[in-house]
Amino acid sequence: MTRSDSVAAVRRLRRSRATRAKTALKKAPFSAWFGIVVILGYVFVAVFAHWIAPYGETQVFSEAFAPWSQEFKLGTDQLGRDMLTRLIYGARNTIAIAVATTLLSFAVGVSLGLLAALYRGWLDQILSRAVDVLMSIPSLIFALVLLTIFGSSITSLIVIIALLDSTRVFRLSRAVGLNVAVMEYVEVARLRGEGPKWIIAKEILPNVMPPLVAEFGLRFCFVFLTVAALSFLGVGIQPPTADWGSMVRENATLITYGDVTPLLPAGAIALLTVSVNFVVDWFLQATSGLRDEK
Amino acid sequence: MNPVARTVLQRLGLGLVTLFIVSIIIFSAIAMLPGDFAKATLGQSATPETVAAFQREIGIDRPPVERYFVWVAQMLHGDFGSSFASRTGYRRTVAEIIAPRLYNTMFLAAVTALIAVPLALGLGILAALYRNGWFDRLVNVATLTTISFPEFFVAYMLAYLVISRDTFIGSDFAQTLPHWLTVSLNWALNAVPKFPTLSNVNDQTPFWEHLWKVALPAITLTLVIVAHMMRMTRAAIINMLASPYIDMARLKGMSPIVIVLRHALPNAWAPIVTVVAFNLAYLIVGVVVVEVVFVYPGIGQLMVDAVKSRDVPVVQACALIFAATYILLNLLADVISIATNPRLLHPR
Repeated sequence: MTRSDSVAAVRRLRRSRATRAKTALKKAPFSAWFGIVVILGYVFVAVFAHWIAPYGETQVFSEAFAPWSQEFKLGTDQLGRDMLTRLIYGARNTIAIAVATTLLSFAVGVSLGLLAALYRGWLDQILSRAVDVLMSIPSLIFALVLLTIFGSSITSLIVIIALLDSTRVFRLSRAVGLNVAVMEYVEVARLRGEGPKWIIAKEILPNVMPPLVAEFGLRFCFVFLTVAALSFLGVGIQPPTADWGSMVRENATLITYGDVTPLLPAGAIALLTVSVNFVVDWFLQATSGLRDEK
Repeated sequence: MNPVARTVLQRLGLGLVTLFIVSIIIFSAIAMLPGDFAKATLGQSATPETVAAFQREIGIDRPPVERYFVWVAQMLHGDFGSSFASRTGYRRTVAEIIAPRLYNTMFLAAVTALIAVPLALGLGILAALYRNGWFDRLVNVATLTTISFPEFFVAYMLAYLVISRDTFIGSDFAQTLPHWLTVSLNWALNAVPKFPTLSNVNDQTPFWEHLWKVALPAITLTLVIVAHMMRMTRAAIINMLASPYIDMARLKGMSPIVIVLRHALPNAWAPIVTVVAFNLAYLIVGVVVVEVVFVYPGIGQLMVDAVKSRDVPVVQACALIFAATYILLNLLADVISIATNPRLLHPR
């Protein structure tokens, strides 16, 4: 009885998660607010693309490269599809693929990294050396080689980039996991006879969350840029799927006539990555007190 | 044996082992090709005989281990095999396709490095000297932004800037602005040098014209890599400034510039060199995209084209060159940082 009483007393003193988040948000700098608002805007557009877009994703009109007008707010592209519509659907496709890739890469990287940190020994050795080798090739080059073999479909794109990217996630989660795996409470859990799944999920993971969340933001940016670069090069997301990287490439000729339209998808990519970086920057400072000297 | 020499040799051996494994991976790319690949390359109408001949030519009918060693031996003699684009009677070797383009890419990378590295070091030192001042803050925001821009965005922005030098005055946008703003913007745009937006060079292009034509790609790559190098230089120096011997120098009454250059910088070389090498290696990736934007006939563009047409020997050769450069640069960074900081000889 006394135990539950004291727990209740402690609980009253401790602020709930929601209020803590609220106070943290109140103290957030302008750049972080800007980032959060922009990200929410992108998510909104991506989710409701179907209702927002004035035309269909692959609907073709008679005039290609039409200028900005009342009918086509941002003109049309090289096949006569509405640019604004493509831009909106592009948000959905590009972001969804990047999120799926990052999630997969984290699922692989974090679980292997924490397993390696927990067990050390030969498992750790094998995984770490394999990651060393994989990281000794620039990932864009490696992705190009793999795409030659497997061809450019969305599935292979996601799997290839996720696997290449998981090497970096592995490194980080192994490093932070090692710090936690030597703690007494992990040893206690082991002696209690808990399995690796339980130890990782209940003992290690909650204690390594902040760096992993920050890393998730950074990895997302990296994956997002890689997918965009590959699509831009014409070996990523294939037409007719709307995607920002390929939209830049397809309409690049317009730039030579002094038209800004092809820069819009590229700008959309840049704005999102900048926003995510701002939020991650703030999150890192808020959770770890990480600061420069002075 | 000299401990420095021993460590250097160790690293060299490690690098060779990595290169060996990487070559195996790249080699197995051709071994992992799906079975119908010959058919896909030769077209649906290919007879079984042509398919068999093609498979014999790329050597799929022999055991992989034997093929690997033949491949490596040929490559060490400078023979990278022949491209899938070659037809009977007209053999196009990978080496002859790659050689001129490799020179072009190296040229671009060298120009970029010559601009970017001194610029990054200078800016980093200045930012560390005047840290938390407006200069530092400005540089910080600018670098955070350029880091998160995709290369092709930076590239097209620059191209657009150069082009709008001529088109701005006639555009609708200029009409909507007040007159004085239009005039001053036009004046500012006219100050932009008229760089070529297409870097079409060939082996007859004279050196200075070549240099002029790679201006935009080189500036793009510089913008992309300077940020990271500058931030690391600043962080490394600031880290050093917190140590007691710097306080001693300050108390002796030395000027801040002398403190940074003579006392802090020599000890900060190791992390700076590492990040410089890392970024030069990153150039390899950036080069692919930038070459495509400016239609510069380099090895990156070649690789992308080969990936699209699934010309495996060319992809393999390009990937191997990229990977070898990458490994070599990282190795160099290791060696330099050990040579400048003997404490790294004894890792804890």
